[in-house]
Amino acid sequence: MLLDDFFIRSIIAGIGIALIAGPLGCFVVWRRMSYLGDTMAHSSLLGVALGFLLGIDPLFGVFAVAVLMALLLFFFQKQKQIASDAILGTLSHASLALGILVVSLMTWVRIDISSFLFGDILSVEISDIGWIYGGGLIVLAVFLKNWKSLLAITVDEDLAKAEGIPVVRVHLIYLFLIAAVIALAIKIIGVLLVTSLLIVPATAARRYSNTPEQMAIGAALLGVVSVVLGLLASLEFDVPSGPAIVIVVVSFFFSSFLLPASFNSRAG
Amino acid sequence: MNLTTKELYLKMPENTVLIDAQGISLKYADKQILQNISLSIHAGEIVTIVGPNGAGKTTLIRALLGLQTIDQGKLYKKNKLRIGYVPQKIRLDPVLPLTIKRFLTLTANYAMNQIEQVLLETGVKSSPETSIYHLSGGEFQRLMLARALLAEPELLVLDEPVQNVDYLGEAELYRLISDLRKRYQCAVLMISHDLHVVMASTDRVICLDHHICCQGEPCDVSLHPEYVRLFGSSKTLSIYNHHHDHSHEVDGSIQEHKH
Repeated sequence: MLLDDFFIRSIIAGIGIALIAGPLGCFVVWRRMSYLGDTMAHSSLLGVALGFLLGIDPLFGVFAVAVLMALLLFFFQKQKQIASDAILGTLSHASLALGILVVSLMTWVRIDISSFLFGDILSVEISDIGWIYGGGLIVLAVFLKNWKSLLAITVDEDLAKAEGIPVVRVHLIYLFLIAAVIALAIKIIGVLLVTSLLIVPATAARRYSNTPEQMAIGAALLGVVSVVLGLLASLEFDVPSGPAIVIVVVSFFFSSFLLPASFNSRAG
Repeated sequence: MNLTTKELYLKMPENTVLIDAQGISLKYADKQILQNISLSIHAGEIVTIVGPNGAGKTTLIRALLGLQTIDQGKLYKKNKLRIGYVPQKIRLDPVLPLTIKRFLTLTANYAMNQIEQVLLETGVKSSPETSIYHLSGGEFQRLMLARALLAEPELLVLDEPVQNVDYLGEAELYRLISDLRKRYQCAVLMISHDLHVVMASTDRVICLDHHICCQGEPCDVSLHPEYVRLFGSSKTLSIYNHHHDHSHEVDGSIQEHKH
């Protein structure tokens, strides 16, 4: 059947990831948290190791550790002395170092570091597709339900709070969603490039958008097109798929600046 | 509707208390920012907080709104009080695309005619499809006011509403606020740096310098010795261009300014 073809499977998986990463990535950009994605991604080696240790799917290990990172960040943000980016940098490398140590102590397991770093979209199995679409649908449902509140706390937290929006709860939901997307995407895109699928489609869509909704949909569509083109290029030129996808989406970003100003002058 | 402020105030159902603070105090990094503040805001009245820079004005309204936790005292808020809040500044990042219309409908949906109506009332002249990043400071301030009004608040809280507005616009904006209060029948709590400009459009003035120095009707307050101590007398200083010849340290001691 159709899904027997590894290429078709990888395209379906990639499209699923792009569809959720694009809109969620808009919030990463709007909230100036691009480094958060990196921190969660770096922590995922620890998550994979944890998965092996506990005998559970690495996906859950990655999700759990990413959530832990998010909660630590949330906690440290309460103090005002050290800025978020410095805390993220600290957490990021602490978790990466810890992950490498744990993996090196687990002599009985061999983790393919290369596919961990760069992803292996061409080894997607049907069960992965199930995870991506099942998990993705849950993420999307929670995301859409909280869309307005998320937007409100992004514009101004005080204003949102004065208008009765439960700022802390919405913030935590957002962190959980990002952690879930990273856990779902990491096998396919890899640690090094997963943030790009969150951030780059969003930034590329900015120049064509007048409203947050347009930007979110634009990011999802650009992500999907990039995944398809990138995978085709990967097949055609026999290059790794993750980097191919990223190069396509990044070229969308740069070309958005080359288009004549009249085309997007309305977008302010 | 051409009621005077007093008439309107008396028309409100039993002068409902919207917010009542009893002896609230707040410290930040060992500094006493607010000390034993008691005040209440009733339906339909305009209350203006005046005070020198760093007197804790913003902190006080943030505390009243529940945005800042208080160390001591009691805070009562009417059940399900609808508040329209216009903070001193909001930091918007242009990476988030927002038109006027979308900005007004961030937390609730409004019909297009409602939106056009409120933009007209607040004097926002740009079209609803304009990007908010193309607005001048004054127009954005009006937009913030429009946004606060759309929810039909019982209490409008304005933190220095006339910033980024030139002097002529200042008096006009206060007049607008006073008009809007009548139309929307809401109470207004605002911060102002200059009592004389708001004099005509406020019912009650609270003069704040970490503690409440004095409060009452604007003409009484302007003659109150505590007010004169803080701001000088309006008879001897030019009204709109006065300066402070002393300031208060956190502990209340007076610091002379050298000119």
